[in-house]
Amino acid sequence: MIPHDETMMLKTPFHSRIEAACEINMWEDWKGYTSPQAYTEVEQEYFAVRSNTGVFDISPMIKYRFTGPDAGAYLNRLVTRDISKIGIDRVAYTVWCDDNGQVMDDGTIFHLAENDYRLCAYARCLDWLMWSAEGFDVTIVDETADVAALAVQGPTSCAIFKEMGFEGIENLKPFGITRFPFEDSEVMISRTGFTGDLGYEIWIDPELAEAFWDALFEAGKHREIRPIGSAALDMLRTETGFIQAGVDFVPAEEAIRTGRSRSPFELGLGWLVSFDKPVFNGRKALLKEKKEGSRYAFVYLDVEGNKPAEHAFIYSGDKEVGTVTTGAWCPTAKTNVAFAQVDAKYGKVGQELVAEIYYERELKWTRVMAKCTVIEGAVFNPPRKRQTPAPDF
Amino acid sequence: MINVDKKYDVIVVGGGHNGLVCATYLAKAGRKVLVLEANAALGGASATSEFSDQFSVSSCAHWLFQLNPEVASDMDLKGHGLELTARDLNTIALAEDGNHLTIGANSLEGASVSDEDRKAFVAFNKQMLKFSKLLAGAFNRRAPKLVEGNLTDRITLAKLGLGMKMLGKTDMSDLMRLALINIYDVMEENFENDLLKAAISLDSLLGSHMGPRSPNTVFGYLYRRMGDVYGFNGPAVVKGGMGAVGEALGNAAKAAGVDIEVSSAVSKINVEVDRATGVTLADGRVVNAGMVVSNADPKTTFNKLVGLTNIETGVARRVKTMRMKGDAAKLHIALDSLPDFKGLTKDQMGQRLLIAPTMDYIELAFNACKYGEYSKAPAMDISIPTIHDPSLAPDGKHVMSVIVQFAPYELEGGWASQKENFKNLVIDRIADYAPNLKDKIIDSELLTPADLEDRFHIHGGHWHHGEISLDQILTMRPFPGASQYGTSVDGLFLCSAGTHPGGGVMGLAGHNAAKEIIKRGKSA
Repeated sequence: MIPHDETMMLKTPFHSRIEAACEINMWEDWKGYTSPQAYTEVEQEYFAVRSNTGVFDISPMIKYRFTGPDAGAYLNRLVTRDISKIGIDRVAYTVWCDDNGQVMDDGTIFHLAENDYRLCAYARCLDWLMWSAEGFDVTIVDETADVAALAVQGPTSCAIFKEMGFEGIENLKPFGITRFPFEDSEVMISRTGFTGDLGYEIWIDPELAEAFWDALFEAGKHREIRPIGSAALDMLRTETGFIQAGVDFVPAEEAIRTGRSRSPFELGLGWLVSFDKPVFNGRKALLKEKKEGSRYAFVYLDVEGNKPAEHAFIYSGDKEVGTVTTGAWCPTAKTNVAFAQVDAKYGKVGQELVAEIYYERELKWTRVMAKCTVIEGAVFNPPRKRQTPAPDF
Repeated sequence: MINVDKKYDVIVVGGGHNGLVCATYLAKAGRKVLVLEANAALGGASATSEFSDQFSVSSCAHWLFQLNPEVASDMDLKGHGLELTARDLNTIALAEDGNHLTIGANSLEGASVSDEDRKAFVAFNKQMLKFSKLLAGAFNRRAPKLVEGNLTDRITLAKLGLGMKMLGKTDMSDLMRLALINIYDVMEENFENDLLKAAISLDSLLGSHMGPRSPNTVFGYLYRRMGDVYGFNGPAVVKGGMGAVGEALGNAAKAAGVDIEVSSAVSKINVEVDRATGVTLADGRVVNAGMVVSNADPKTTFNKLVGLTNIETGVARRVKTMRMKGDAAKLHIALDSLPDFKGLTKDQMGQRLLIAPTMDYIELAFNACKYGEYSKAPAMDISIPTIHDPSLAPDGKHVMSVIVQFAPYELEGGWASQKENFKNLVIDRIADYAPNLKDKIIDSELLTPADLEDRFHIHGGHWHHGEISLDQILTMRPFPGASQYGTSVDGLFLCSAGTHPGGGVMGLAGHNAAKEIIKRGKSA
């Protein structure tokens, strides 16, 4: 870790390679790390993932490690999902809530070994994690800087890994974890990602990060492997229906104004809440909400036309019923998609709403009232995302 | 005893005075109630114990001065054997030279006290009692929540608001101003006599982790003076020691149909996901009930009995941050005969005696506690109950009970090796006022806050079950989310001094908890 007084921005273990590849110097700050928004051309990077393989450096993602005899019970109290059902070498997507049942963050839990878990989060929350540890025999370590990680996503990703000698990688099931020798050490590979495509995430000692990057790009060079930035990733996750903390919801601990946070039900994540397990944070409030009804509903919208509905107001007739949190034209699905928060009584699948979209062309602002239809879910959901053995392209 | 065939509606964990009061009200309302007490005697910190052969003493609280008259009459404590052998005692602030200050309900004698002080004292009392009376309106009912528009709560708030208005402009602005400052400044504003200033200061902080210059001490004083609103013009001595209060309450509870089992420690409050289902005893027995009311302090209730892992993080955090560290120790001395206090008659020795010559003396004594040390010159509240109640000791012999303020719960280096030193130091300090004290000592016992924790199962040895300060009173007592006696665990209620209105042998926490439970009916 670089002391903060030497540089304002941290660099990830892959930085030397990223810097060399980042032709347009479009950097952004991801939780204190220098992170590329784009390397060359956003669309090209987007299509790399949908047609070949794109590589996104996820090292800045906040990572916590939990060990000790109570690690599982601890996490089960922390998050809404039933962790006892997540076997060893499996990964689970989940959210965690405060006592009021408001989502603090979403992320993934990796069951690495008996009494050994990793939690990947959007926001730092060690304070909350430590408070939650009262009474549990669990050790919590922030290992954000101790683990280098890449998302390797796209139809040819499995083939590239096979080229690297990771035999049998095609048999890894979605949300599975496996390990392969790399140099004198090993690389952990999980079949997870944020793109909705066939893809993997690799987890490795920062010391080996550059060597892995080099080997990966060498193996992928005939399959058009390409590093991608956050702008392309944002298109990808929108197309596949993944919400983003800080964009599609305000983490409960960051919300200052009352009523601005959301419950899992209000984010369309009710399936992550398990009431058939011991007490967990938010249980009581969520049970009450389930009984009495939510304030908001999360909806996917198919928006007429091709103007992204970013920040649009949503109407039902003349009544304003919500706002868009994410909106983008999705090139592969060829659909104009929006995620919106609407009043709970709206948003049944098939319902017609109207998005009030403002857009600007050469300093001229135009407003369109675009019809939109509530759709069931992601507009991009290819079989290869789930197929095991993973197909070869 | 536990009746295994009876399906209890309510189990009260802890037979302290609030637990017994709560149990009795619930039984009178038709609930089947079981009280489980870990110790052999009822009453909790209102206890009498034999500390030396044939010498007994009130082993925690030693004066009765805040018992709520409504509770006392509802419980028919007189009918159940409670007897006061002395009441409305004076407080005598001791001076080393024997020129003591005698503080009566509205009078001052001795210590060359000035006429100005006498006048100021009357005016001060009048104002303080006005304030205490105002508070009393909120004490015998649940603490009002501020945001939810509940009618009961609105009435309490309106009463408080109206009461403040009715104080008149001067007194209202005085209350707003005084409540947030400290007793030291208030004393400096009002009086010149050092003994008087120190005595009132000590009353504002006894049992707490505060010095005269600490905020919240003015509230602490108003809290103490609640006794005056309840008809006590000074402390009273209970016949048989404070344990007699527990006994009388136990009799009242039994008469109301409560089953009581003593020497039966609860090791766990059983919780099924988020509903209390009963308790597990230390011997392994399980008793089920639809409701559990904990008279254990909030920290013990959640840390030990429920378990922090069985509640949500936000609540666990509030339990953890609740301020509850006792600074008061108890010293008990068995005396061959009465010692001679410089300048005191035997009758005067029967009053409440204070060792706290100046406010700075108390503040310095508190300094030690701040840094994990015991005070080398602690402040004291002394009672010689045998002057009024010879039954506590063999014929002609006496016991002395001393509250020693400023012995920390967590002593640097631990109490084991330093307890004897501290005890001797305290005895030496008393001997400065009663030179022949040591010749009279047959036996003695010191209970540090850690000992009080062990003996009375009070976390931190804090007899108020949590600091009485503005951040931990009313709806914030014991902490937000557990106010109004209910908790985040369905079917689990609190009724101890850790809930509104707070500590002292007052009985209102138990009274209010019972009323709330009855009010909630089946949904509770």
